[in-house]
Amino acid sequence: MKPFSFSKSDKVSKALSAKKEAVQFLAGGTNLVDLMKKNIAVPDGLIDITAVLSDKVEAQSGSTRIGAMVRNSALATDPQILAKNPLVAKAVLAGASPQIRNMASTAGNLLQRTRCPYFYETSTPCNKRKPGSGCSALHGEQRMSAIIGYNDACVAVHPSDLCIALAALGASVNVTDKGNKQLVIPFKDFHKLPESTPDLDNHLPKDAIITSVDIPDNPFNKHFAYVKLRDRDSYAFALVSVAAALDLDGTRIKEARLASGGVAHKPWRWQKAEQYLKGKEANAATFHAAAAIVADEVKPLPGNGFKKVMLMGAIETALQHCLTA
Amino acid sequence: MNGKNYYSRRFFLKTSGALAALAAIPATVKSFYMDAKRLIIPPRQKQPLIVKVNKQTHKLDVDTRTTLLDLLREDLHLTGTKKGCDHGQCGACTVHVNGERVLSCLTLAATLPGKEVTTIEGLADGDQLHPMQAAFLECDGFQCGYCTPGQIMSAVACVKEGHTKSVAEIKEFMSGNLCRCGAYNGIVASIQKVAK
Repeated sequence: MKPFSFSKSDKVSKALSAKKEAVQFLAGGTNLVDLMKKNIAVPDGLIDITAVLSDKVEAQSGSTRIGAMVRNSALATDPQILAKNPLVAKAVLAGASPQIRNMASTAGNLLQRTRCPYFYETSTPCNKRKPGSGCSALHGEQRMSAIIGYNDACVAVHPSDLCIALAALGASVNVTDKGNKQLVIPFKDFHKLPESTPDLDNHLPKDAIITSVDIPDNPFNKHFAYVKLRDRDSYAFALVSVAAALDLDGTRIKEARLASGGVAHKPWRWQKAEQYLKGKEANAATFHAAAAIVADEVKPLPGNGFKKVMLMGAIETALQHCLTA
Repeated sequence: MNGKNYYSRRFFLKTSGALAALAAIPATVKSFYMDAKRLIIPPRQKQPLIVKVNKQTHKLDVDTRTTLLDLLREDLHLTGTKKGCDHGQCGACTVHVNGERVLSCLTLAATLPGKEVTTIEGLADGDQLHPMQAAFLECDGFQCGYCTPGQIMSAVACVKEGHTKSVAEIKEFMSGNLCRCGAYNGIVASIQKVAK
């Protein structure tokens, strides 16, 4: 690990003014410290911002506000989250291990880097780690790679579970930028596709701090499910995951939400399928048709064709679970 | 002046000059090496640190890069906490910070002031084993023992959190601790025994 300076900040504005080019903010550290050990992240300094950020879940008018420093384990057991946004708790508990959830922060979860094996293997080319060096996964091991929204520059996927639920529920991200200006970024615009800059995972302005995440009040706290398929039963990143939620009027679907992890460079909303589900009867045939719409959209790589079938099954299962959960 | 042991003035000056230069070289090389090192390798940055481990306060001077795991093992010589993967994937380094289980390999020591750390060494009450330690002995919760300190620290937290309602729940909430010997059944039995 490269030597670095360490300081603690007690105010967002102080942390922002102390932030220099090669300095990074530290919250939970579960991803950053690991990346520093592997010399993938090589900051000259760290500013510990755990004390400057809120660790509370608060009811706002029309939304629930999750402080940036709310630990994953606290988020998963928060009474307000369980009552109003239980899908979020489900998704959080599907990710990482209890130890990591005790450390990891809400904002840090949004900013975690991909788990593409080539990103972590510093002896191989990777456009995300070293822009312009090439994409090893494009002609390499693609089990964990994307099936939609990728390009020749990068086929990596976003690894978060929490973000899939936040995408499905139409959350927004509250940010304070370097000039102390408050910004609100809709969740769908927060993460980005690789484009020509796969080294950037999101649209968070340079040197800005995420202060909280807002989830608008919604009718999706009764019929919801999070299905995560992976190489072992627990403590592994998703091959594919599905967050599903239905607002039902009897057996008719008033509105549906469908999002996936493990499929793209960002949390992916299946809007065509959501549109299809609207107004339909909630039954196996409808769910199968919705899964088929999604299957038509994806374009697996030569090495991960299995993900298409797996995703169809996960979508049907998740929608079915919405009725029984 | 024509004997075998004749040394000319020139020879003397040459040889002694060369020897003097030779003697001076190591210092020059060393300082050049130090200059190059400073240029290429940034110097390590140390900070004073006050940290409370197992109810004992320690005052140290540590490199900012030090993780809690290395602090425990290398500086405080509390080697009960084990280094497995050192990347947050195995759980062997699990300790409690403020009573909650965390991974010491991903925790920077510099973040610890004001917090309380408990390691496997701080679990027993003198010679009286913690109930979880006793249960691991009784239920064969280990074979080689390397992952055991992490397993026990995690198990104690698992019971405290109340995630012991079924075998499936115990397994899910112990999934962050790997055991390559496969002593999982004994570990689950130990947790069930303590949870009762």
